[in-house]
Formats: sequence, structure tokens, C-alpha cells
Amino acid sequence: MTDSLTVIDDTRATAGGPLTSRPHSHGLVPTGSPAERFMSRTPDDFEEPSVRVEDWKFAPLRTLRPLLAGTPSDAQLRLDSTVPAGVELLTVAADDAVVQSVPQPTDRLGALAWDLSGDALVVRVPDGLEVAEPILLELAGDDTNPLVWNKIVIDLGVRSRATVIIEYTGLAKYAAVTSALVGDGASLDLVQIQNWDTGSLHNDHVGARLGAGSSYRHVSISLGGTVARLTPTVAFAGPGAKAELVGLAFAGPGQYQEARLYVDHSVPDCQSNVLYKTALEGDTSRTAWVGDVRIRPAATGTQTYELNRNLLLADGARADSVPNLEIETGEIVSAGHASATGRFDDLQLFYLQSRGIPEVEARKLVVRGFFVEVLNHIALTSLRERLLRDVETRLGAS
Amino acid sequence: MATDSSATETPYPSTPSHTLEVRDLHVAVDGTPILKGVNLKVSSGQTHAIMGPNGSGKSTLAYSIAGHPKYTVTSGEVLLDGVDVLGLTVDARARAGLFLEMQYPVEVPGVSVSNFLRTAATAVRGEAPKLRDWAREVSGAMVDLEMDPAFAGRNVNEGFSGGEKKRHEILQMALLRPKIAILDETDSGLDVDALRVVSAGVNQVRATGVGTLLITHYTRILRYIEPDFVHVFFDGRIVESGGKELATILEDEGYARFGSAEPASV
Ligand SMILES: Nc1ncnc2c1ncn2[C@@H]1O[C@H](COP(=O)(O)OP(=O)(O)OP(=O)(O)O)[C@@H](O)[C@H]1O
Ligand SMILES: [Mg+2]
Repeated sequence: MTDSLTVIDDTRATAGGPLTSRPHSHGLVPTGSPAERFMSRTPDDFEEPSVRVEDWKFAPLRTLRPLLAGTPSDAQLRLDSTVPAGVELLTVAADDAVVQSVPQPTDRLGALAWDLSGDALVVRVPDGLEVAEPILLELAGDDTNPLVWNKIVIDLGVRSRATVIIEYTGLAKYAAVTSALVGDGASLDLVQIQNWDTGSLHNDHVGARLGAGSSYRHVSISLGGTVARLTPTVAFAGPGAKAELVGLAFAGPGQYQEARLYVDHSVPDCQSNVLYKTALEGDTSRTAWVGDVRIRPAATGTQTYELNRNLLLADGARADSVPNLEIETGEIVSAGHASATGRFDDLQLFYLQSRGIPEVEARKLVVRGFFVEVLNHIALTSLRERLLRDVETRLGAS
Repeated sequence: MATDSSATETPYPSTPSHTLEVRDLHVAVDGTPILKGVNLKVSSGQTHAIMGPNGSGKSTLAYSIAGHPKYTVTSGEVLLDGVDVLGLTVDARARAGLFLEMQYPVEVPGVSVSNFLRTAATAVRGEAPKLRDWAREVSGAMVDLEMDPAFAGRNVNEGFSGGEKKRHEILQMALLRPKIAILDETDSGLDVDALRVVSAGVNQVRATGVGTLLITHYTRILRYIEPDFVHVFFDGRIVESGGKELATILEDEGYARFGSAEPASV
């Protein structure tokens, strides 16, 4: 562990908890999450969300009510796209075979988004095409604060390579099923940047299916909005694939950021690496991170590691953190997870201030430093620098 | 307090003179009184050594002057050029010209040394140093301290060895050019070569006229950094002051004659 957080609790923490740290290298840690994940596109297959249902136990259900009500709407977000040559951006009917093949939602709101959205927005990268320039989808809500249901499919052909950046701005109540189909030997970086205006709600089932020998990096940057709740899942369709799931969230007063991950190792020799960091400011800020990793009997040679760090900048902030590793074969390379929630380190603050750096700036330096590890996973320099600026702006704003 | 021959190291004539004055300082930690009336005056160009047994309150004095929130000043004054610094925030004290080299420098993950140094220099100098001059200044100071340039890209104190942390502290002192510097056990954990390099670094800064308060347990460093005054710290106060010869006496005799806290070994 490189950061020197004052560790409060390794699983579920609010400020003021006991001082413990418990990194695990192995083993079963029971949570409420079932090992076999129920998936469906039919909303009524799922229980009504309530605090008693694992998927919804941390989420602000009242705030999410406009989405959970499941009211049909044809409203769309405005789309500005930058699509490099060779890449196709299409609107495809929901009954199309590719669209039908995407991973299924894991909860009711995901199923509602599937059910209530119409055609899918499909980004297709043909077999063998390596796109250096990022594919940019800028989605914006307008001041009518629309209710939007959406399907996005990112479909990478065999041995292709691309970076897709989806940025969300403006005001909306948005629920989507975003899917990543990564062909054999292909490589996808999918970056979602939640820069919503205050008042926005965002629920997203981000399901990835990885072909043999492919690599997938999902980056979630949650800075704005009132609620952002992402449920990234990874399914391995062939051996030798690599998944990296990284996330950065900053929750200010009244904000809720959740990431609920499910990585399902079902074939041999795949790797998964999870790194999520959140910082919480203000007494009413909330985050939740649930990292479920399952290693099925057939998934020999698996390597997996999960790390979640939460930095509490205010006494009343609350970060829930639930790592969960289920191992059903002994024939793995490595499996581990660590989670820590801690308060701001006053010693760091003193040290920086003792060098003349004013408190506000010193705090920003420390929080920025906390996030740098996550941003270092972003391969594209221009994007990394831009996100660092976004983070700095966000830190300055509250 | 008698000045001796080593006081020939006077500041450059052009250097304005500054004075840090500690008057009857009482400090408590979590309600426990630690400092019990410290009096001390350090001026530009002077080097004062403080020696005293473990737990006597030397670091407490250093931290209290710097403004560490853990320490509560219950009475007394700390004046820099006649201005009370106790009312200032930690960062304002640093900008006023105080520097504390810490016994245990703190790791700051994700913050690079170069970013940290530049941010600090910008704050202390009141404007961002020009990039070209700054790069030269930093690399020059790093060469002087025999630091690998790669340190600039590493995170502050993260994974630094004990000796590397000390060099990094002195690097900051060289770049921030304080009026008065407090060095808390700069020599601890240094091998002989590192001690020579770090001492040379301190001496370079001293030569610019900084007033120095050097906390140490050993005369070893005092052979490199010659003090003008040596103070014996015992049970939260200065109990004796003298010239550099006092250090040798202390090293030979220990602190037994100053009180019962450290009974003389028979
Ligand atoms: N929270 C606390 N409550 C009570 N006493 C404390 C507390 N923190 C520190 N002290 C005590 O204050 C005293 C002075 O500590 P300080 O670190 O200033 O000593 P020092 O002279 O620098 O010692 P050393 O030579 O070992 O560095 C010690 O006896 C220490 O135990
Ligand atoms: Mg000490």
C-alpha cells in the first residue's frame, strides 16, 4: 500500500470507525452479493429496489425515484461525436443480432434502461483497425432536464484497437445500458467522464464481454451530478484476456457516487485489476464501492487484484466499501483485494504548510496526489492531463 | 553566553539581520506540560546547538515554533524580528521566514518532489520562480547535495531512505532561503559520507547568513557545522548555555548533573 491514509476500516466505514486494516490475499469474504449473478432484460424479473435488496442497499432511492419509476420517454441527450476514419457510428434497431448479444443488466434499473430505450447507438471498429485518435462521444442534457433511456454498444472487431471517451454534461435523468464487445486480440480503452450539472442522475450498466487475448480498460471519472451509479461487469468469452477497471470519484455535499463491479472469471488465464479511489467532501457526501470478483472452477491461471481507497475530507462524509472475492479453484496465479477508508492526514497538511503552502492549496495537492495513481492508468497523455485539470477544477469548486 | 572564536562566521555585511526570540515558552501536549519556560534568541549568522536527553522536549520546541497543531502554547512568546508568530498559521510562519527541518519528514503520495518544491518556493517567494532559472537552481542544489536528479520525479519522501529524506529536507532549506532554520536531528541516521554532504549543504545555506538552531545528540555533526552557542535542554527548558566546548563536556559526562531524571550510572 503506497498511500499513507489513516486507515479507519477496511470494509464498511464512516468517519470515526475503529482503526484497522485487513488486506486479504485469499479467501472468501461474505457479502450480500450472490455469487451467481442474476441477469435479465425484463425489469419485473427483479425485486423492487429497497434497502433490503443488496443492489440498492447504499443508493439514495428517494433521489433516484424519477428513474426507478420507469416512466417511458423518447427524450435523447444531444450527441456531439468525433469519429476517426474507418470507425462507424450507427443507429441500430434493438433487435439487431449484435445489440441482442450484449451482456444483460444485473438490476432493475439496468433492465428498465434496456426496456425503455429504443434503438442502440453503435460504435463499430472493424477487424484489424487500430485507431490512434480517440473516438469521442459528448452527450449533453439540456435545461429541460429530460428523462433519457439509452443503449450504447461499442463493438471492436478482432485485433482492432481503440479508445472511446464518453463525456456527460448538462442536466438529465439518464439511465443506460452501455456495452463493450471486445473481439479476440482487440484492445479497448473505454473512458466515461461524468461531468454532469448538479441535479443530474446517471445510472449505467456497463457490461463488457472480452474475447480471447483481448484487453479492456474501463475508466470511470465521476465528478459532477447528484447521483452517478455505475454497475460495470466483465465477462470473459475466451482465455488470456485482461481487464482493468479503474475509477475516480469526487463527491461533494449532497452527491452520491456508486460503483458496483462484477468480474466473472469463467475461462483460464485471464487477468483482472481493479483500482477505485474516491474522495468525499462535505457532511452529506456519500460513495459506495462494491467489488465482486468470482473465479469459477474453469478459470485456472487467473490473476486478480482489487484495491479501493476512500479519502474522507469531512467528518460526516460516508464511504461504503465492500470487496468480495469468491474463489472456486485452487489453480490460480494470484487473487487479492484491499480496501481502506481514511481521513485526511493532518501530518501531510502540516508538512506542506510548514513549507509555506497555504492550507487550501495544500489540501488540493494532497487530494490531487491521492488521485494521480488512478489517472496514471490513462494511457493517452492529452486525456490524462485534461482529466487532471478537470479534477483540479472540481477540487477548486467546492 | 560567551561568544567564542567560531563567531567569526558573521553574516555578509549586506544581509539584513533577523532574530528569532523565544520568551518563557510553555507548551503542553494533550494537557501534559512539556516545555516549562524556554528562553532563546537566535540571530542571523549565528548557529545555536541544542543538546539534551530523549524526551526532554527538543522536538516539541521545534514543532511549537513551526506551529504544529498538536502542541498548545500555554504561555510565552515567539517573536520573529519582534513580530509574534504564534498567532500566524503554519504556512504564514514559513512565509515569514521560518524553516523546520523535521526529524521525521512526512510522505505525500502522488505529489512529486519537483511539484512540491516549486509550489513551496512560489508560496514563500510570493511569485512563481521563472522556469529556466528555477530548473537551474534546483538541479544545482541537488548536485551540491549529491542527490540523483531522478528524485525530482519521485513522490515526496515516499520510499526515501533516512539519509535521502534528510538531503531532501536540506534541499528545501536551500531553495526556500529561510531567515531562521531549525534543524531537528539532521544527523540522525546519516552515514559518514552523507553527514559530510548534508553538513556541507547546511553550511552553504549558513554562509548566506541564516540563523540556525541545530538539535542534535552528537558532537559528530558539530565538527562539520560549528556552533557559536551550545544549550543544554533538560526537562522542558534550557538549563545551561555555553560555547562549543560545552558539547564535548556533555558527550563525555552525559546529562546526569542536570537532574534526577537521568540518574548517573554508577
Ligand atoms: N500526547 C502526549 N501526551 C503526553 N506526553 C507526550 C505526548 N506527546 C509527546 N509527549 C512527550 O513529550 C516529551 C517531549 O518529546 P520530544 O519529542 O519533544 O522530545 P525530544 O527531546 O525531541 O526527544 P528525542 O531526543 O528522543 O527526539 C516526551 O517525553 C514525550 O513522551
Ligand atoms: Mg526529538
